[in-house]
Amino acid sequence: MLCFFTMQGPVLQQQPFNTPEEKPQFPGASADFVERLEFIQPNVISGIPIYRVMDRQGQILNPAEDPKIPREEVLNFYQKMTLLNTMDRILYESQRQGRISFYMTNYGEEGTHMGSAAALEPTDLVFGQYREAGVLMYRGFPLDLFMAQCYANADDLGKGRQMPVHYGCKDLNFVTISSPLATQLPQAAGAAYALKRENNNRAVICYFGEGAASEGDAHAGFNFAATLECPIIFFCRNNGYAISTPTSEQYRGDGIAARGPGYGIMSIRVDGNDVFAVYNATREARRRAVAENQPFLIEAMTYRIGHHSTSDDSSAYRSVDEVNYWDKQDHPISRLRHYMVSRGWWDEDQERAWRKQSRQHVMEAFERAERRLKPSPDNLFSDVYDENPPLLKKQEQDLFQHIRQYKEHYPLDLYEK
Amino acid sequence: EMACRLRVGGTGFEVEAGRTRREIYMRCVCMCVCVYVCSTQKMNLFQAVSSAMDNTLANDPTAVIFGEDVAFGGVFRCTVGLRDKYGKDRVFNTPLCEQGIVGFGIGIAATGATAIAEIQFADYIFPAFDQIVNEAAKYRYRSGNMFDCGRLTIRAPWGCVGHGSLYHSQSPEAYFAHTSGLKVVVPRGPVQAKGLLLSCIKDNNPCIFFEPKILYRAAVEQVPVDSYYIPLSQAEVLQEGSDVTLVAWGTQVHVLKEVANMAQEKLGVSCEIIDLKTILPWDSDTVCKSVVKTGRLLISHEAPVTGGFAAEISSTVQEECFLNLEAPIARVCGYDTPFPHIFEPFYIPDKWKCLEAVKKMLNY
Repeated sequence: MLCFFTMQGPVLQQQPFNTPEEKPQFPGASADFVERLEFIQPNVISGIPIYRVMDRQGQILNPAEDPKIPREEVLNFYQKMTLLNTMDRILYESQRQGRISFYMTNYGEEGTHMGSAAALEPTDLVFGQYREAGVLMYRGFPLDLFMAQCYANADDLGKGRQMPVHYGCKDLNFVTISSPLATQLPQAAGAAYALKRENNNRAVICYFGEGAASEGDAHAGFNFAATLECPIIFFCRNNGYAISTPTSEQYRGDGIAARGPGYGIMSIRVDGNDVFAVYNATREARRRAVAENQPFLIEAMTYRIGHHSTSDDSSAYRSVDEVNYWDKQDHPISRLRHYMVSRGWWDEDQERAWRKQSRQHVMEAFERAERRLKPSPDNLFSDVYDENPPLLKKQEQDLFQHIRQYKEHYPLDLYEK
Repeated sequence: EMACRLRVGGTGFEVEAGRTRREIYMRCVCMCVCVYVCSTQKMNLFQAVSSAMDNTLANDPTAVIFGEDVAFGGVFRCTVGLRDKYGKDRVFNTPLCEQGIVGFGIGIAATGATAIAEIQFADYIFPAFDQIVNEAAKYRYRSGNMFDCGRLTIRAPWGCVGHGSLYHSQSPEAYFAHTSGLKVVVPRGPVQAKGLLLSCIKDNNPCIFFEPKILYRAAVEQVPVDSYYIPLSQAEVLQEGSDVTLVAWGTQVHVLKEVANMAQEKLGVSCEIIDLKTILPWDSDTVCKSVVKTGRLLISHEAPVTGGFAAEISSTVQEECFLNLEAPIARVCGYDTPFPHIFEPFYIPDKWKCLEAVKKMLNY
């Protein structure tokens, strides 16, 4: 059953000063006195339960919780998840071959992306961390633009300024990714506050990992969203690792969901590999966040099947068996496939055809991206300010004069003029 | 008349820089600030800041002001009356968390709404350093101009106050001057404060506005009631001179005015005084033009000398004006120590230290 947890709201009942019975008058808490010394024991043996709709075989457990998403949309989820998976494989390989400088895969977390993205309105603003490419894909960001950003070519909307996977798209309401972790949480809270004032039925969703949740900015984001009553969904992808750091070294409490009530935030833990559970939780959170102007915290439990990035080899800190379990026994893509197959919406032939077609699309985009020139070096200097000051203009002139003089030492033919 | 009273380092002295109405009028016309065409009111610096924010909230329905304790009026009274006038959704307290305040402000600005974030003392801006330097300054560049937080202005009380010690006296402009993408502004008085703050708020880049706290009550001027804008990145020559160029910003401009008077009386030396106003991007043309004329430069700030902004000015001026220099450039600044409490009178770059530096340059 879908159910959000919180503590009692801080409504203070101040007693008149002349009552005979002593009731607490402290402004800081609404609570009763107790005469027995007892510490609250954090409950980490049986933590906040994990909401799910399907079992690991893709069978609906409680029909009342089945969101009954139409066939076309379920196929869309599946195709987007597998397209993402295919794009990840090809771009990971392309880094290994030295074609792009860096890449981060989304293996195992595709369910968190599609389930949450589908539950939002297209006008809702997305703040991400770096492992949410599926959200952008769901919204319709084309393969060419994913590739353009990774290749930093002249089609990149970001003008070639950032490392791969630092996507952004104004038209799709996806704020450009930045490398510093958790900086997006207080920003997302502020954006939600501004959207609340606009009163246009828009919410904000803010994605982050369980590692980033340790940052001070995460605490700031939660506290501000709660005290300032912001229509925001904080979506934590708890995938078990922050690079090599397992959750046992990241926190000692009951994950991230348990922190929500500490801030006065409605919170839930879901099975992140169950795309319907993610969908249901996000949909309900979104509805209430906007209707009630309060934040919601969703902790989606999942597993990072891939390495942290192309700079990581996770066999250094975890067993192949562990990874294989998640890849084979509890994967969002296979669970959804079982669901579709059991309804007669998908079969082996369609699977083969789709795999071939999606791979072809990705390869075509890949080849186009490879051939494309890089953006003009003008873009090194533009957009530092809305209008660059004389100092920057002078530096730009100095560089261009230098390049003219030493042009054979600079890879100019890779770039647009 | 503009009257400006300063108590510096506990010794207590009053400086009155009197000017005729005509001088003020002519200067203001040149600066496009109409003091006498529109109505003015006697305001001190915190009232001028408050007036700027009042104008902003009146004219820009998206504008909001937030930070610690701003709801009741602020610890320096800069937001008195604004919550009652504009509503609790527009002037509100935040939890005690500077990284949250600035991050939250960036988020508001990213949606296109005007965000005025108050940091209670510039000394406490450092938890927000990552959000300012890694996020705000780079928002437009890293997104290929798809996103920006140009609507963000951060305000903070700044500089020595007589008893502020390590954590209520700092002038951190140099840390931020190193981060392109930001604008950093420091006014010298109420008229400047209002006009510069309004320019910061209007400017489509994230701005940090440092308010000299010692001048909040001490500096009083006739300030226009309506909005007016003093341009950013334009230094102002307050007084022309031929022998030495003196550069400062904020409170220290008034110290240099004293120094110029003393130099004239005691040494017969004519000083040109420049208020830099905008630290980043700074107006090197005005400073260099002056040094080409005088051949001598003194830069003075309370912040510690090593890595302070005087170092940047000095370096640029020696590049651009090397052959015009008659003497090494002088920097009269705070020492490389934390800002002390009881030793403030010895720490600050007072007029005697500045005068001595002027003498040295003249006798080089």
